Parts: sequence; structure tokens; C-alpha cells
Amino acid sequence: MARVPRCPGQNVLARALCALAIPQLQAVAPRRSLWRQPLALFSLLWLATIALGAVLAPYLAPAGPLAADPSRALLPPGAGNWLGTDFLGRDVLARLLWGGRWTLRMGAEALILAVGVGLPLGLAAGGTGGLRDAVLMRLVDAWLAFPGLLLAMAVVAILGPGLSSVAVAVGLAAAAPYARVARATAREIRVQPYIDAARAVGASSWRILLRHILPNAAPALVAFAVTQLGWVLLNGAALNFLGLGVPPGTPEWGAMLAEGRAYLRDAPWAAVAPGAALTLTILAANILGDRIR
Amino acid sequence: MISPATAAPAPTLLAASGASPEEVARRRAQLGLDDPLPVQYIRYLTDLARGDLGVSWLHGRSVGRMVLEQLPATAELALAATAFGALLGVALGLLAALYRETWVDTLTTGLAVLGLSTPVFWSGLLAILLFSLHLRWFPSAGGGDLRHLVLPAATLGFALSGSVARLVRAQVVEVLRMPFVMAALARGLPLWRILLVHVLRPAVGPAVAVMALQLGFLLGGAVVTESVFARQGLGRLAVQAILWRDLPVVRGVVLVGALAYLLTGLLADLIQVWLDPRLRGEEAGS
Repeated sequence: MARVPRCPGQNVLARALCALAIPQLQAVAPRRSLWRQPLALFSLLWLATIALGAVLAPYLAPAGPLAADPSRALLPPGAGNWLGTDFLGRDVLARLLWGGRWTLRMGAEALILAVGVGLPLGLAAGGTGGLRDAVLMRLVDAWLAFPGLLLAMAVVAILGPGLSSVAVAVGLAAAAPYARVARATAREIRVQPYIDAARAVGASSWRILLRHILPNAAPALVAFAVTQLGWVLLNGAALNFLGLGVPPGTPEWGAMLAEGRAYLRDAPWAAVAPGAALTLTILAANILGDRIR
Repeated sequence: MISPATAAPAPTLLAASGASPEEVARRRAQLGLDDPLPVQYIRYLTDLARGDLGVSWLHGRSVGRMVLEQLPATAELALAATAFGALLGVALGLLAALYRETWVDTLTTGLAVLGLSTPVFWSGLLAILLFSLHLRWFPSAGGGDLRHLVLPAATLGFALSGSVARLVRAQVVEVLRMPFVMAALARGLPLWRILLVHVLRPAVGPAVAVMALQLGFLLGGAVVTESVFARQGLGRLAVQAILWRDLPVVRGVVLVGALAYLLTGLLADLIQVWLDPRLRGEEAGS
């Protein structure tokens, strides 16, 4: 980065005002490709590592996530158990790797549902406007009136506890904000001159929606979907933490954390490790969603 | 012990506990579960219009009363967390805006993103680990006095502060461009006065609106936080009700949550107008 002039003076506010007046500091940072941004690259790498670990879990931890050895319970991290063992003597790292399968599958299912429901709703509303827009958006407003996690909890209550209920619940809760963003993006594009041009040459509204609005909305929609992935993972894990998802003993990260809580004093690693994995994954999704835009 | 995770709706549970089929049938009839669904729904709506949230399938108690009993504990947590989150968020946002494009900005923005991304059940556990088990400053579980409130409120508030900080930063940068800030500086007003009265007051308005929208997040977060710190509240009520499939109670909690969410939205609009005189119409005066 080029050196920028610095503002002198003792007064914080005066310096801030001065900095605002300097053109070099005003300029928007030039758009860099994803490959030139270390933070985004790390995020991508981390997500790839998690996914790879989940896929290769049978080879990396052949004993499986449930292999218990009571004589080796609550061992601190060290050789043989890099992240220690839990109260049943199960290897925490092995459980983390296998747990990635549950967490990522739940996230993927929920995200597909959120986009699958939210995208058509938002595009139909924002791409056409008028009465259809008004009706659909009031529907989405009513949906949004219920706080996300509470709505998800209500869906779990109706479907009954379980991992697929959690995925459906979180996905449905995430669909409403997605519909809103899709609508806003579609509306922005609908007023562009090239849409008028397409309409003038006689393109049908379906063709305009699918061939003109959708491709141009795609970058923003993908970025928001990645951000939504963070939300979905966070709240899905929260439901599992509360015991509303996977059955006890399942190596899902949120459930692992809940199990490790009872042994926090003697074996903090059993709860801290899955929490760290989860937080880093959510952080990676948030950073990526932010940078893709 | 019956595992709650596999529990069917409460009346079926009665059968599992060894009640005779006649008893189950009587209970179903008593709860009105044999009526067609539309009839049940209309009865629910008419009851709701009279302020009656129905009866718990599990406890046979009024849902409205059960919710009201747990409401103060959750409201206390939500308010304390909002206060903590707002203070931290505004402070971080102001710092980031004043030291824009320096390491202070990077650090505070990073902290804000961290707050947004960290699940409260993990940050809460870390807080327990550090402040309860290691330093022994605060109790790790339970409720009652203020000392029990500190860790849960700080945990939830930290999660909230991220979005507030982002917004306050953007708003403060906008306000700093306004001529009245330069004018205040030129008049030689003390720094704290300019920041508090001239900069923060208009900048914080939109943050209040966002915080109201965050109440939804806050209610969800409160549910999880209550579970982490073993506190009484709506969260525990809801979780227990879901595990036992006690649907009227779940419905009651969700409804009260949505109502609180809508009311705060209204309140936030009013606060915003009070904070930022530019939003006032002529009829508002003052």
C-alpha cells in the first residue's frame, strides 16, 4: 500500500477530520481479487480443511468417533491425543473430524432450503413489483416478525427433535431474510436501462427474470448466501447445544460442547475444542461473505 | 426415566407412564385434542383474543401464567445485555471511526466481527472457565443477585456489540463530514462534549433501530445463554416444552417473543426521533 500523508496534532477529533479531508484516505480501496486477500484466503482454506477432514474422517481417524477407552478418560492434549480425550476416553480430535460431517451436512441442507425458498420468493416479488410484490412481502414481514432462533425452535417443536428437524427449522428461519435481500437486489436491477431495453425488444417477464435479473443479481446473492451459512451454522449448533437436535453422544460440535460442559473443570479441552472449530468456521463464512461482494 | 428427546406429545406420554386407555382418552377430550384441527385453531384464536394462551399439556397450568413467571428473569438478562452491548458497541465504533484506517480501526472492527461470529454458548463457556473456575470472580451458574447477572449479560452483550460497532463506525464517519462538527471544534468546545453531544447523538440513532431489530437475536441468544449459565427464564421453559412436545407452552413463548420484538421496533422509532432532532416533523415541535 502506498504511503499516505499523516495528520499531525494532539486532538483526536481534529486528526480524524483532517484524515477525512485527505483524498488518498478517501479513496475506496481498489478491488483486489480474492487470492490477494490473506484473510479471505485463510477463511477459504479453513473451510476446505474442515470439509476435507469430514470427508477423510474414516481414514484420518479409523477408530471412529465413538471408540471409547475409559482408562484414558479426560486426558489432556498430548501425543496420541492431540486435542485430549473426553469423559469416556474418546479422542476429541477424532470426534471433531467426524463431527464436521454432521455440522456441514446440516449447514448445507439448511442453506439449500433457505435459498430454495427465499430466492424464488424474493425474485418473484422484486422482479415484477405490483400486487404480487405487496402480497409476498407482507407474508415475509409476518415471517420476520418472529425472531430467528425462536421461529426455528417452534418448527423443531412441531417436527419433533432431530437433526433433520434442525436443518429444516434453521433453513426456514433463514429463508425470510434471504427473500428480502433477493427482492432488494432484484428491484435495484429492474430499474436499469438494459432491462427496459430487453422489455422493449419483447422479452417475456420470465426471460427477463431468469436471463437478465438473475445473472446480474448473482454476486450479491452468493455473498449473502455465504453470510447466511454462518448464521445457519451458528443457530443449528445452538439448537444441538440445547439438546433439540442430534441424540446424546453424537459427535456434532454443538452437542459435543454441551457434553463437555459438565467436565469443564477437569477437561476444558473437550468443550473448548469443538467451540473453537465452530467459531472459526462461522468466522470464515462471515469473512468470505463479506469479501466476495 | 423416559428420554425426553424421544417423547411424543404429552397425552401419549401419559399412556407411556402407565395410564389406562380410558384415562388417556379422557385427557385428550379434556384438552380438546379430538376436535378437527380447524375447530382447535379457531378455539385457540378466540381464546387468544381474550388474552388466554391456553393450558400446558404437561402441567395443566395456564400458559400465560407460566410465561409471566419466567418473563422477568429473561427481561433482566436482555436489558443488562443490551446495556452492555450498546456501551461496548458504541465505544468500539467511535474508536474505529476516529482512528479510521489505522491499526485501532482494524483491531476494533476485528473484535466486532468476532462478536458476531462467536456462538454465545462458546464465549459463555470461556467466560465461565476464566472468570468463575480460574479467577473465581463470579459464580458460574444460577440466578438471584447481580453477581449472577454479570457473566451472562457480558456474554450476550459481547455478541450484540459487533453489529452495533459496525453501524456506529459508519454513522460516525458520516457525521464527522458534517460542517457542524468542524464548527464545534473551531469554537474550542471540549472534546468530550463534541463527541458526546454533536457526534454521537445523531450517529447513535440508526444504531438504536438496529438494536431493536437485534432484539430477535437477543431473545434467541438469551435462550441459549440461560442454558449455558443454568438460569431461570423463558429459554429454559421453551427448551423443556419442546423436549416434552408441550406445544401450547412453545406457542406461548414464541408469541410473547414476537410481541416483544414488534413493541421494541416501535419503541426504537420513538427513541430515534428523540435522539436525532433532524427526524422531527414540524408538529413534533420542541
